[in-house]
Amino acid sequence: MLGYLWLVPLLPLVGFVILVVSQGNLDKRWVPWVGAGSVGLSAALAGWIGYEFLAGPAVSYKLPLWSWARVGDFSADFGLYLDFLSLNMMFVVTGVGFLIHLYSVGFMVDDPGYARFFAYMNLFVAAMLVLVLADNLVFLYLGWEGVGLCSYLLIGFWYDNPENGAAARKAFVMTRVGDTAFIVGLILLFAALGSLDVQTLLHRAPASWRPGSDLAVLAAALLLGGAVGKSAQLPLQTWLPDAMAGPTPISALIHAATMVTAGVYLIARTHALFELAPAVLQAVAVIGAVTLLMAGCSALTQRDIKRILAYSTISQIGYMFLALGVGAYSAAIFHLTTHAYFKALLFLAAGAVIHSYHHEHDIFRMGGLRERLPVAFWSFLIGSAALTALPFTSGYYSKHEILAAAFAAPDGAWLWGAGTLGALLTGLYSFRLVFVAFFGPPNLRASEHLGFAMTVPLVVLGGLAVFGGLFPMPLGSALPRHEVAGFAPSVEVVTEAAPFIGAGLAVAFYLTRTWSPEELVRADWGSALQRLWFNGWGLDWLYGVLLIRPFRWLAEANRGDVLDDVYRAVAYFSRAGHRALAATQTGRLRWYAAGLAGGALLTVAVGILA
Amino acid sequence: MSLALLILVLVAGGMLALLADRRDSALPRWIALIALIVDGALLAPYFAAATSENGAWLDNLRWAWIPRFGIGFHLALDGLSLLLVALTVLLGLMAVAASWSEIKERIGLFHANLLWTLAGVLGVFLALDLFLFFVFWEVMIVPMYFLIALWGHENRAYAAIKFFLFTQVSGLLMLLAMVVLVLLHHAKTAIYTFDYFALLGTKLDPDAALWLMLGFFIAFAVKLPAVPLHTWLPDAHTQAPTGGSVILAGVLLKTGAYGLLRFVIPLFPSATLDFAPTAMALGVFSILYGGMLAFAQSDLKRLVAYSSISHMGFVLVGLYARNALAVQGAVMTLLAHGLSAAALFMVAGALQERLHTREMGRMGGLWSDVPRLAAIALFFSVAALGLPGLGNFVGEFLVLAGAFRATPTITALAALGLIVAPVYSLILIQRAFHGERMKPRRIHDMGAREITAMICLIAATLAMGLYPQPLIEIADAAISAKPGPMVAERSAP
Repeated sequence: MLGYLWLVPLLPLVGFVILVVSQGNLDKRWVPWVGAGSVGLSAALAGWIGYEFLAGPAVSYKLPLWSWARVGDFSADFGLYLDFLSLNMMFVVTGVGFLIHLYSVGFMVDDPGYARFFAYMNLFVAAMLVLVLADNLVFLYLGWEGVGLCSYLLIGFWYDNPENGAAARKAFVMTRVGDTAFIVGLILLFAALGSLDVQTLLHRAPASWRPGSDLAVLAAALLLGGAVGKSAQLPLQTWLPDAMAGPTPISALIHAATMVTAGVYLIARTHALFELAPAVLQAVAVIGAVTLLMAGCSALTQRDIKRILAYSTISQIGYMFLALGVGAYSAAIFHLTTHAYFKALLFLAAGAVIHSYHHEHDIFRMGGLRERLPVAFWSFLIGSAALTALPFTSGYYSKHEILAAAFAAPDGAWLWGAGTLGALLTGLYSFRLVFVAFFGPPNLRASEHLGFAMTVPLVVLGGLAVFGGLFPMPLGSALPRHEVAGFAPSVEVVTEAAPFIGAGLAVAFYLTRTWSPEELVRADWGSALQRLWFNGWGLDWLYGVLLIRPFRWLAEANRGDVLDDVYRAVAYFSRAGHRALAATQTGRLRWYAAGLAGGALLTVAVGILA
Repeated sequence: MSLALLILVLVAGGMLALLADRRDSALPRWIALIALIVDGALLAPYFAAATSENGAWLDNLRWAWIPRFGIGFHLALDGLSLLLVALTVLLGLMAVAASWSEIKERIGLFHANLLWTLAGVLGVFLALDLFLFFVFWEVMIVPMYFLIALWGHENRAYAAIKFFLFTQVSGLLMLLAMVVLVLLHHAKTAIYTFDYFALLGTKLDPDAALWLMLGFFIAFAVKLPAVPLHTWLPDAHTQAPTGGSVILAGVLLKTGAYGLLRFVIPLFPSATLDFAPTAMALGVFSILYGGMLAFAQSDLKRLVAYSSISHMGFVLVGLYARNALAVQGAVMTLLAHGLSAAALFMVAGALQERLHTREMGRMGGLWSDVPRLAAIALFFSVAALGLPGLGNFVGEFLVLAGAFRATPTITALAALGLIVAPVYSLILIQRAFHGERMKPRRIHDMGAREITAMICLIAATLAMGLYPQPLIEIADAAISAKPGPMVAERSAP
């Protein structure tokens, strides 16, 4: 059965090909069968393969596919690699992926680009599966760029609005910045270690590099560049909030559950390399901690329901980076998994709200949706509880592991502090959203018609968001085990209390209105801070001033190609010379006679004087 | 024999097309098509023979021509020539397909010039006598001049003359360098010869070698083109008819790279070594400068033209990194860029035929009007920005991987091109196909002929991206052949 692993990424690819080749002429009834069906089959097959893998001896399985290129000592042989880590990712991608496809069957049904939507989605799933299953870095990079392309296509799916196009290009170019670092790192790894096969690299690296050696640090830093771009971490996170321009299922699938966590997967996959570069690993933790706080603050100030969730995603991936940085790889992957459940749930619920409430995105223009939109409300409540890491939800287990690991790390108190403060912020912004959008006087203008296709994924994901934390994948053989001693009681109390304090603040500010948030914003420092956070800490502005505007200005100024002026000048002067000389050709005899005489005189003079 | 036949078929086809025009103006198209298909059939056996056991040279043809000066009609084919000749024939077919409905006047003369240009190009890729090479070099320029000057767009006379002057002046430098090389060789050996193999390994003092190398280098760098010798290209590509642009971008630029690889590097190995850092720096500059200018353009064809300059920068970097990996990458870039640039020019031509404009400001929202055309444009834009799985990535990746061994810093700078590429490729898609539709246009999508042509190019790009190994193997023996290896060493340890 494991031998059929290649079918898992191929099935969605076939779906993509069918949808593209039929050029939108496929009967609309058949589109979901191809689009969601192919991913469903893939998920079923993944489940079967996973069952066999877990029931068997559970040793990593390698399936060679084809030899991509060999030049001299360079070789890149493509194949698939299955171990607990890639199995876990495969489950998330096909499982959550299928649920979101199913949801889209209902959500996108009235869109004229129905088939195009599923075509891109299927291509995405295929590329994402290549990314997580690849055994060679070039093959992994193929999936890596493939998901980036699909992200671009789907953010700009409604292409008639130029703003969507701008957001799509921003996402692609910014992640490309990271990807370029990644590919240079990949080339460096090949140049230094002579292979691009992931397992070979991970064996050779510790043998040829001592911990902290320059090359190891450089290689790990370059890979980190790729991870930071794809996973929207500092300093490349600004594309993700804008990426919300795409249809909501896209935000759930690509910009919450799967693609944006690819960076986390990459670091976990190559963790042996990162361990040779302790400075880089430290940087991973710091980037995670800073990003989770920055994004948490920004989430507090947003009004657009999807932008809140986008910042929340950045923040949660910050937690995963924090975990990676302190060496708690399995905690990072665990949080990646639970985050996929509850964040997909939240986005799909947000989609249900937007779908049922006149395409409204602003939470302050909602209010009181609780009664008219019960499915969306309960989904949001469960999702928010898990996101806030309230006890007994899936998020509680994974986030708790991360905070414990952070605290146990050397000098980890700061990292733990950032994570705990972040947990407080998470509680505050999550329940702010819930109270503002769903509570208050009943709103009668909304009506919920979700249908079977949209309701089932919400229910299943709701179940996973609650109970998903009870079944963590045994990642032990793929990732080093991380033994964490328990917290000291006082620390334990703070850790446990932080989300409740956050949620409690939200109650006071937005439910009972005991305190007024408007009051805070009215003060000078409050409004300045609010603007700074609302605009994502001004990073967009900074990049605009430092990079984008100078580039645009230079390109515009040099549009006519200044180098061509050199040649135009040559042409101009030869023409001018031609005209000047032609002017002497007057046809008048006395001019010629004068010229002859003058020339003769000059020659004689030169002859005598010289 | 069949090497001469390859060229002869095209020359004769051109004459036949000219004559047939009087009888029926539809005939020249079919004649051109058949001539190119015959050429394709002539090439097929070589692909079967191109294995490493057969050595570098797959065929060789030597006829006496002007024995007094040691000039012979010497054609030969190795894996490198084979790939480029095959690309020429394929893109020749594309050019005929693209001109099918676009060219309505003097159809016979058009196809005659098209076939003669291609004949010249084949000669360039096959000639192993320097004088013969120069003759073919001129042969391909003159008919191309007419293609631009007679069937081009609004500013055709200017563009055609500029094209002609740039190539002619630099060609003269090459001729001069060639003659001096032969004279120096004669001074050493008392033999007049223009033969490639005889001239290989001529001992030259370093100064002379540097100047001669520069004479050749400039001629080829103009053709490639490398910044700052590139300014003929945007005008020529923009003003040429679609078929002309396809041949210019897809094939003619490749003769520059081929010249560097076949002549400059093997003939002047030590001068090349000294010059390599400069050449690689020029390559990096071309990548970034071309990319930035591509972004600034509002004329669709001009954008694609500048993007070609950017891509050819990778070729220059790869050739002068001088290891097998990078040179293979440069060769793959030549092939992949040939396919993608040709396709993008065909897209631009198809749009111009329908909308009578190349200004992207007057397009926008075309996806709704012509979805097939738009999807094809998207495919090739994405190929051009170097998406893995498509042809161009193979070339760029191998170039970077190889160049990294030579000079990591220059490679890191060249990699910045990967960031610029999506900036200009995606703005093309945005401005032409996405965005708001000003008004519904009554234009028809691509028809069966256009789609068939595009499917060929799409299939080739995909095959190259997913499984480049067969092409690499064909080029492999040629690149490290002795005498006259194109690389400094077989790739290190």
